[in-house]
Amino acid sequence: MSASGDAAARLIDDGAAAVAAAVRDGRMKSEDVFAAALGRVRDTHVAGDSLNAVLAVASADDALEGRRAGALAGVPVAVKDNIATLTLPTGCASRILSGWVSPYEATVVRKLRDAGAVVVGKTNMDEFAMGSSTENSAYGPSLNPLDRTRVPGGSSGGSAVAVAAGIAPIALGSETGGSVRQPAAFCGIVGVKPTYGRVSRFGLVAFASSLDAVGVFGRTVDDAALGTEIISGHDVNDSTSSVREVPSMQAAAGRLDGLVVGVPKEYFPESLPQGMRDRCERALEALRSRGATTREVSLPHTSLAIPVYYIIAPAEASANLARFDGVRYGMRMEGEGVREMYEATRANGFGPEVTRRILLGTYVLSAGYYDAYYRKAQEVRALIARDFERVFADGVDLLFTPTTPSPAFKLGAISDPYEMYLSDIFTVTANLAGIPAMSLPIGRVDGLPVGGQLLANHFAEPVMFRAAYALEDALGMEAHK
Amino acid sequence: MAVTPDDVRHVAQLARLGIPDATLATYVEQLNGILLHMDALQAVPTSGAAAEAEAEAAGMRLRADSPGPVPLATAREKFAPRMLDGFFLVPRLATHEDAGEES
Repeated sequence: MSASGDAAARLIDDGAAAVAAAVRDGRMKSEDVFAAALGRVRDTHVAGDSLNAVLAVASADDALEGRRAGALAGVPVAVKDNIATLTLPTGCASRILSGWVSPYEATVVRKLRDAGAVVVGKTNMDEFAMGSSTENSAYGPSLNPLDRTRVPGGSSGGSAVAVAAGIAPIALGSETGGSVRQPAAFCGIVGVKPTYGRVSRFGLVAFASSLDAVGVFGRTVDDAALGTEIISGHDVNDSTSSVREVPSMQAAAGRLDGLVVGVPKEYFPESLPQGMRDRCERALEALRSRGATTREVSLPHTSLAIPVYYIIAPAEASANLARFDGVRYGMRMEGEGVREMYEATRANGFGPEVTRRILLGTYVLSAGYYDAYYRKAQEVRALIARDFERVFADGVDLLFTPTTPSPAFKLGAISDPYEMYLSDIFTVTANLAGIPAMSLPIGRVDGLPVGGQLLANHFAEPVMFRAAYALEDALGMEAHK
Repeated sequence: MAVTPDDVRHVAQLARLGIPDATLATYVEQLNGILLHMDALQAVPTSGAAAEAEAEAAGMRLRADSPGPVPLATAREKFAPRMLDGFFLVPRLATHEDAGEES
């Protein structure tokens, strides 16, 4: 690599703000940063030894046009394959949408481009965002860059790997039950799920519309805060997006005097590995060292979150994915008459996990079962949200938990669907309640990253980020040991 | 509420999914395994929560139902150059009675 290429690659490692400042000042060309990012894609996608994180890369002409100004001037970003981009395919890592190019662009992508960012490519994922390991992709699994025998998490595994492997300092993912925070924890980076409504979903291929959110990966809290702030805000094309003003999410790592951090006992079960428990305790001590106080709280309906989630999400998915029928999008299989064509197309186009969830969702919505499953799940969802409301009304500003119940697991280690669903147990509650949450690295166990999760009240992202900056600063290199 | 092979066939038909007989038993077993865990919800008292859940849904804010421009990759004029009173003008299909004429 040339000297300028080396410098550009180092700049990516320094973070988004450093890249943007260098490009704006003219110290670095956006073309060189883009070339360095593509070089990292090539280095990590060698045949026979590929992380399999990036499914498609942008051409230089398309990527670089006018990217020399703005808060993200020349910053490479990677985008999950279920977020619509012009010119690059948006296939949701599914056979049924293979090679499909959207006629319009997602609002979040447009906002990144308007801020000067350069879309490097589209990233691998669990098909239609259904999974927790990126093993459900039609293009094969992505690998965890820290241990290639393990999963990177999912469903936004490709975006997490792109950031962890230094391809881009910022990447977009999507969350329905933890699909940004869980892979962030497994790959040792930062992952943010904003408040439901904080960020437009226009151009995000719908999975479960009452739960879906676009999320942001960053190598550091600052990268994640910057990316989240830029994509936030009202969008006339998404009636569920909030009209609230977008506050500044970047902050200095300062004191946390007066901040009350709740520690929900339900997120520290006996089954939590001792090493992870120790890292969490160290992180809580770091928060206390910056002036925060911590206290145990209870969220009594937590254990019901997985059953609730796996009724509501498949129910909504079964409706949202009805549009993929061989007529309007993507592939088509021939059949005798239109019904056979539909059935053949969907049977061949969807993988096993998507098929399973469509069947499950259709079942819980069908006559005779709607009240017992779907209506009941919606009622319990309200109780889960009420748990959070009660705690925040009782003087707690933030909650701290482990992000996952275990570190990254081995590829192929989990074959039982419900066992896989349980890996989301600490993250689905934020989606059900609609509150913001993020994961950041707090240490390692046996060389594998451990994520600590911060959860805040609706639209309280600034408080969440303020604590995250302080925690990251207080832990320093301990966060990666 | 055990799921039977007929249940899976029925919901597959509703969902327009072709399920080969060879995989039917697997889906029956998996759906039963998953739904077993959902039964925990039945024991939860939820009086009052139903009204709350419905009130939240009813409070959804909607924008005015009026058309607006959507930025497209290809300008509309390129793929639909002819319009009349807000409708696209297209060639008549061969299946129309008076095929050959253009509207």
